[in-house]
Parts: sequence; structure tokens; C-alpha cells
Amino acid sequence: MGKTIAEKIFDSHVVDNPSGDIHVIKLDMVFCHEITTPVAICDLMEKGKDRVFDPTRIKAVIDHVSPAKDSKTAEQGKILRDWARRHKIKDFFDIGRNGVCHALFPEQGFVRPGNTIIMGDSHTCTHGAFGAFAAGVGTTDLEVGILKGVCALAYPKTIKIVLNGTPPPGVYAKDVILSVIAKLGVNGATNKVVEFTGPCVEAMSMEGRMTLCNMAIEAGGTCGICYPDKVTVDYLWEFIKGSYSSKQEALDEFCSLVSDPDAAYDRVLEIDVSSLSPLVTWGYKPDCVKPVSEMEGTHIDQVYIGSCTNGRLEDLRVAAQVLKGEKVHPSVRGIVAPATPKVYRDALSEGIIGIFMDAGFCVTNPTCGACLGMSNGVLANGEVCISTTNRNFNGRMGKGGMVHLASPATAAASAVAGYITNSKLYENRKA
Amino acid sequence: MKQFEGNALFLDRSDINTDEIIPAKYLTEISKQALAPHLLEDLVLEGFNRDEDLKGKGVLVTRAWALEVNNINVVIAESFSRIFRQNMFNCGMLAAELPAETADRLFSTFAGKETYVKADLENSVLTFSAGDLTSEVSFSIGAFDRALLEAGGWLNYSDSRY
Ligand code: SF4
Repeated sequence: MGKTIAEKIFDSHVVDNPSGDIHVIKLDMVFCHEITTPVAICDLMEKGKDRVFDPTRIKAVIDHVSPAKDSKTAEQGKILRDWARRHKIKDFFDIGRNGVCHALFPEQGFVRPGNTIIMGDSHTCTHGAFGAFAAGVGTTDLEVGILKGVCALAYPKTIKIVLNGTPPPGVYAKDVILSVIAKLGVNGATNKVVEFTGPCVEAMSMEGRMTLCNMAIEAGGTCGICYPDKVTVDYLWEFIKGSYSSKQEALDEFCSLVSDPDAAYDRVLEIDVSSLSPLVTWGYKPDCVKPVSEMEGTHIDQVYIGSCTNGRLEDLRVAAQVLKGEKVHPSVRGIVAPATPKVYRDALSEGIIGIFMDAGFCVTNPTCGACLGMSNGVLANGEVCISTTNRNFNGRMGKGGMVHLASPATAAASAVAGYITNSKLYENRKA
Repeated sequence: MKQFEGNALFLDRSDINTDEIIPAKYLTEISKQALAPHLLEDLVLEGFNRDEDLKGKGVLVTRAWALEVNNINVVIAESFSRIFRQNMFNCGMLAAELPAETADRLFSTFAGKETYVKADLENSVLTFSAGDLTSEVSFSIGAFDRALLEAGGWLNYSDSRY
């Protein structure tokens, strides 16, 4: 019997099988940010276990609320900063170099095919885009990851999503993943790995694959995962060129990591993306999804473009294409948060930041900020935001606020119209 | 090894969610101790008076999945979410599942009375007692979960092994 990619990675990292389905696996990376790690650090200190398993395999960033907005968030940052210094964690990203963790760490080349990664964050599944097994965990698991570099997990079961066809104009990775979540439901992949394959994925950039994998958790998935291929090698080449004589050699090695044709799946779901239209969420759960055309005209107060889902260069490019020569509607506040300093800098040199500013957008520094209703664009009671983020839970971006999740193209078109739409986008494309 | 016993708090409701256990707004706190005063703060349940009812309790009995922190070391319910259940054992606390009929019987016999609950891990038996009333019920626990309890949680378990 063949194996899935998740099973292959898992099998090559098992160090113990304490009982039944539970396996202890060795971790290649433990990622940390300032919201969930300080609790773990304080608990380890209290228990006399203030140690780290390997400072070169721990990467840390202050990203959720940066710069700090009050004493509590300043304290969280300080605990992480002091800890990183104390343990000589070289890859610690503080203000000026920091960005949204799930955009920053891949951009730094920290994620490799076949890696096992944990982080105290739901959207750790993003890193599966590189063919890694990456899972969000709770505080105790994070503590053990930091201390021992291991994690106890049940043997992975996989749902395979086969994405066929080519998305029509105006349809992006975000629309594709929203359609997948709508089909699976918010619990449809609970405790499972969600494997994305098919011609649509093969044709996607790493950015698009990260958008797909990022939202696997919104269907309950432990990990999202794509097969590493030529696109992966090209993205990683500058980081791995010292280890391989050629791209082909790297590719040959990574290709052994794809699922076998006779691997066993829990469920296989085929979707033809060529019939998709731009999508948007309407309720308080990410599986409440409708075509934008059915939501056309819905009132909005704010447009937010950013986050680990859609705050990368490619996303900003798409939004800028729609915004070029346009103005944000006077009744709407437009906010864009490039996900990392590199995204910011590249967007600046491509003239994208200028387009956003000319349109009347507020350009913020790289941070999670408004995505979790912490800073940089919190909604007031009763306000509505169309957002390129991943969670539309009640109150997510501010108590009493409503969030509609959409692609950067739809968000940008809505910013110009002053209500939910994407017709603007098509007009621009025709012109 | 830690003893798994204490005075019981009965919460007669199903689907207690994490926001009712600890409201999400406290996630900027950095220590578990800082969270302790907010345990069950937003739980709405008829006849439940948080400040009075929580005092001195060490065992929580509910209809379905629930909580952590304070001095509570045992939670008994019909079922738990996977993450909640694993977190309990990871922290060296016992999450015991009982069939619905057993839970119903325990609620009708003991809820509202001063009840003491003691878990015997070796024999997988929970003893409920209130005055002259005593009831013994068995529960099942996996070998790994038992080892975690014996070690005092996943942190100690892994630190001594890997
Ligand atoms: S951008 Fe939003 S979803 Fe992503 S890590 Fe930050 S808070 Fe979480």
C-alpha cells in the first residue's frame, strides 16, 4: 500500500509510539510569535525548564500587535524578546524586520519540503504549501516543542482535494479555497490533513498555494499540504543552492515526497475551478460562502487588504491592478498592510504602494493588526468590513463588527464602489 | 503521584465552549495565574452562581466538553473536544468520559448535594460520595493518557524521555 505525502513525512520523523495511534515525531522547526509563546515561556520558567532544544531551529517574531499598542502587548513583546536573547535565538524578528509570521518565515527560506513544523497558531498550516507537515498546536505542545523538539500527534489521515481546470479571470486562490471550505464545511476536515493537488495547484505560484493551505484550518484541517515541484524549487533556490548541484537534483529529491498513486485517503473531492466565480462570505463562519454577484451592493465601511492569507506581493499587485487610477469611495476606509518588509519594499519599487496611496488607502506597517481586531483598523459596533483575511467569526475584527472574506481583487473593487462588488474588476480587465 | 479528587461542581449543560471557560478577551494575559479569576466568567446557566459555586471545588461534572485552570484537576463529561481532552492530559489533569445514562444517574443522585469525587486510576473507577450515598462508576483511560497523568503531564513526560 502506498503512502500519502503526510504519511511519508510523518514516518521519517517518528521517534516513539507511546500508545496506539499516538506517535511522537521529531520537529525540524518550531515557530513562535508574541501572543501565544510568552505563556509557554512563563510556564517553562516557573517549572524550572527555561531551556530550548536547539536555538537554530526556533524562529520567532513579534507580529500580531506591532508596534505595541498598550502595556500588555508591550509586555508580551518584551517576554519574547528577552527570551530570544537569553537563548541566542538568532532568527528573531523585531520591529523594522518583522512581518506576519506565515508570510515572513517562508520568505526567509525557513520552510523546506519534508519539514515538520509546529507553532502556537492556527494558521501554521500555511507552510504546507512547501510540502511540509505544519500544524498549529496549543500551549503545552508548544512548550514541549521548544524544550525537546518533539510533538505527539495522531497518525495523519488525509482528505485529497483535486482541483481541475483553470480559474476564469477574476477568480483567484482565495476564491478556490473559499469554494473548498464551502464544500467541506467548517468541521469537514477536522483532525485531517488537507492535500491539494491537480492541474490548478500545479499552475499556481507559491503565494497562491500558501493562500490555499492557509485556510485548511477553516475546514478544521490540522495541515494543508501541496506537493513540492519546480515552482517550489524556484522559490527556494536562493536558499538551497548550496546543497544541490542543480535545480534538477533538488527537484528529483523533492519529487520522492509526493503521494503514491495507491495511497489511502479518507475522502477525495474533485472540484472544477473553471466554473467558479468570485466568492465572498456572508455569515460568521468561513463556510458561509456565496458568489459575489449574489452579495452585490452589500454595504461596507472598511476594506482591509493584508494578513497571512492575502498580504503578499502577488495579492497587492492584483489589488493595485483594480485600483490603478481609481479612488476609494468616500464612505469607505481602505487599509492595506503589506505582510512583510520585503513585500512592502517590493511593492514600493513596483509603484504599487503609490497606486494604493493615490487611491486613498492607508498603508500600514507589516503586522497582523486588524485581522484579529487588535490594532490598525478595529471595527466599531455594527460596522462592516470586506477583508482578505481568513476568519469572519463574530467580532473577529472588533466587537459587533461584521467581516466578509474575499480575494484582494474583490476587496479592491468593493473599495472603489463603496459596496461589495467585483464588476469594477471586469471593467478594468476589458479596458 | 498527584491525587485526583475533590469537591464536585455540577454544571448541567451540554456544549460548554472555550469562550465560556475563559473569555477570549483575556488572551493578552501572559500567565495561567492571571487567567484563573476569569474561569467560567461568561458561563450562563440557570442556578449557577460563579463566585459561590466555584469555591473549593476540585472536580467538575458536566454534560459535555468543558474547561481548565484553578485547582480543578478532574473534569467529567459525556464527551470532550479532541484538543480540550488532550490539553487536560497534557497538563496532568484527568478528563473522564461517562456514558450519557451514567451521567444522568449521577446528576439526579448527586447534583445539588455536597459531593466528593475520587478517581482511582489504577482500577479506573470514580467514586462519588455525598453523606450516606456512594456510587462507583468505571471509566476508560488509554495507556498513554495514564502515563501522562503519572508523569504530571506531557512536559515532564517528554523531558524525562526524549
Ligand atoms: S494575519 Fe491574522 S490569521 Fe494570520 S497569523 Fe496574523 S492574526 Fe493570525
